[in-house]
Amino acid sequence: MAFDSGSAAFAPWEDPGQKPLISFKSVTKRFGNFTAIDNLTLDIFEKEFFALLGPSGCGKTTLMRMLAGFEAPSEGTIMLDGQDIGPIPPNKRAVNMMFQSYALFPHLSVADNIAFGLKRSDMPKSEIAGRVEEMLSLVQLSQFASRRPHQISGGQRQRVALARSLAKAPKLLLLDEPLGALDKKLRQETQFELMDIQEKTGTTFVIVTHDQEEAMTVASRIAVVNHGKLVQVAPPDRIYEAPNSIYVADFIGDVNIIKGLAKPESDNRYAIQWCENHAPIIGTSQHAFASDDICHFAIRPEKVSITRDRPTDRTNTMQGKVLEIAYLGNISTYHVELPTGQVIKAQQANNRRISRRSFTWHDSVWLSFTDTAGVLLSQ
Amino acid sequence: MDLRKLFLILVPYSWLLALFLIPFAIVLKIALSDYAIAIPPYVPTLDGIGNWSDFKTFLSELDFENFIFLTEDELYWRAYLSSAKIAFLSTLMTLLVGFPLAYAMARAASEWRPTLMMLAILPFWTSFLIRVYAWKSILSQEGYLNQVLLWVGVIDSPLMILNTNTAVYIGIVYTYLPFMVLPVYAALEKLDDTLLEAAEDLGCSRFQAFWLVTVPLSKPGIIAGCFLVFIPALGEFVIPSVLGGSDTLMIGKVLWEEFFSNRDWPVASAVAVILLLLLILPIVLFQRNEQKQREAEK
Ligand SMILES: Nc1ncnc2c1ncn2[C@@H]1O[C@H](COP(=O)(O)OP(=O)(O)OP(=O)(O)O)[C@@H](O)[C@H]1O
Ligand SMILES: [Mg+2]
Repeated sequence: MAFDSGSAAFAPWEDPGQKPLISFKSVTKRFGNFTAIDNLTLDIFEKEFFALLGPSGCGKTTLMRMLAGFEAPSEGTIMLDGQDIGPIPPNKRAVNMMFQSYALFPHLSVADNIAFGLKRSDMPKSEIAGRVEEMLSLVQLSQFASRRPHQISGGQRQRVALARSLAKAPKLLLLDEPLGALDKKLRQETQFELMDIQEKTGTTFVIVTHDQEEAMTVASRIAVVNHGKLVQVAPPDRIYEAPNSIYVADFIGDVNIIKGLAKPESDNRYAIQWCENHAPIIGTSQHAFASDDICHFAIRPEKVSITRDRPTDRTNTMQGKVLEIAYLGNISTYHVELPTGQVIKAQQANNRRISRRSFTWHDSVWLSFTDTAGVLLSQ
Repeated sequence: MDLRKLFLILVPYSWLLALFLIPFAIVLKIALSDYAIAIPPYVPTLDGIGNWSDFKTFLSELDFENFIFLTEDELYWRAYLSSAKIAFLSTLMTLLVGFPLAYAMARAASEWRPTLMMLAILPFWTSFLIRVYAWKSILSQEGYLNQVLLWVGVIDSPLMILNTNTAVYIGIVYTYLPFMVLPVYAALEKLDDTLLEAAEDLGCSRFQAFWLVTVPLSKPGIIAGCFLVFIPALGEFVIPSVLGGSDTLMIGKVLWEEFFSNRDWPVASAVAVILLLLLILPIVLFQRNEQKQREAEK
């Protein structure tokens, strides 16, 4: 987790002795002859904050719905706490879900929506009101308690849905895009609230999000899903720093991809022949490549430095011309065209005022990066 | 207000005036007149009124005698009460039959729904009178129902259903069923399935989810359906006179007899005016329900 300050890092997935809370075993889900989830195997551990990331229609909601009990797998089994949950109906599962469409009851007030699950539980009546109050203040909706869902804004509705799913303090909480409709500030506040709740209650969270930053902030692990398959499952820093494929590298954050031929040098050092009349890129890789294997060198824009003069202390340097500058406030992204026609993005913090910026359009500049700055990917 | 708006409002209002208020004024005038052996069978009439003093004598001859008579003869208030009871009970029965039907229609696969909908309104394509008479041959002692029951062995001797209140209930439920099914179906069809999933997710059984989500959300449809059945059933005349017996007391039947058997138009008109006044309350309630629903949907 990005804010993990605990003594031993939280990484139950690395410990083979740990029992997973949820375990998908070769799960396939078909709708007619369309395969939404394709032979998926995945373990999620207790107290994890597990984020599902992937393009629209890749099967994230379907995965959630199988956990909540609204869809049965076509093949394979899902275990919750060591028990096959296939035959257990949704109302008997210690799982609550926040629906992508919120699914608030239009005939009930905000407070009654939140109390709905509590009234069906064995919580004594006297405690319900207090719990509802607590949830309302958590999502900052106390003054809207008696409104109906159609009388509040979209973002407020989303918060009611969130509060309703949190109210029962389930063992497993499924959040399908819980914060999409909130403004940035409120979203960040709520993210920290969620992490706080997770810390306090030890609830396991599975969260779907389209916002990479959000996944990076809250998740203990991120699963990148595509076409119903897991492409990579790893902690945020690993996903970002060591993507296992071009797809993941490209999906999470910005990346430059340079295609070339691998020439092993020593240990895990490779020279990447990417252009005939240019020195090869020197990079390192954990995966072995044979000589002349096609490889893709992936490097994040912020790892590429941009200078006016050729730096002498960097392994890799290349000259180019500034094609475009994207000013993003705190940083700027420079699109630099190499003589080969390839465009490389380099990012630099704007620690000077814009008027005193050193480069402008059509300037000739040098790009440089170290030999460990990028990764080598085979596909 | 500009002319266009005025014109737009004028059209429905003149329609209302021509088709409701003027006939009502005529009926009210007859109700205030006295019975007479004449054509038309009441006095005074508006014929031959030439000047203002003629009109004043005409007005002075109108009185509330007929309304007072209605309170004196217990037949009338018993008929009103019994009509209300029959209308109320048959509305309840229509709901009991109609809700499951509407529910099944709304749950059916979407390609089946238009067909089911057509089946529900199919009876409207033939004459109402013919359908009510058809029930006579089903319910009579030698009718199909008794034959089937005898054949199955449920009963030993034919049941007496025709010419009883039971037949009236059956007739009303049958006739007004579509009025219940359609609004309830419209409400159920709009229901979002994820709401039921959310209810189940929060710990409801299927039945609880139905009771706590489906029923409250179909309430506007249920209320609309109940009014659409209750209001016409209260003044129903054909069904009790064709299927009911001599002891079936309904105000519509009384009204008919006053008009055509007794030829006492003034008393009959008074009965009609009171019936209309009694119907205003449920009609206003119905309108309020519709209004509330429209506001909720905004
Ligand atoms: N009930 C269903 N019948 C047929 N196809 C379905 C059904 N539910 C989902 N699908 C299909 O399965 C695929 C995965 O859907 P899912 O809702 O899981 O996507 P998602 O990853 O949640 O997308 P989004 O990010 O847009 O919410 C989609 O292509 C969708 O069309
Ligand atoms: Mg989804």
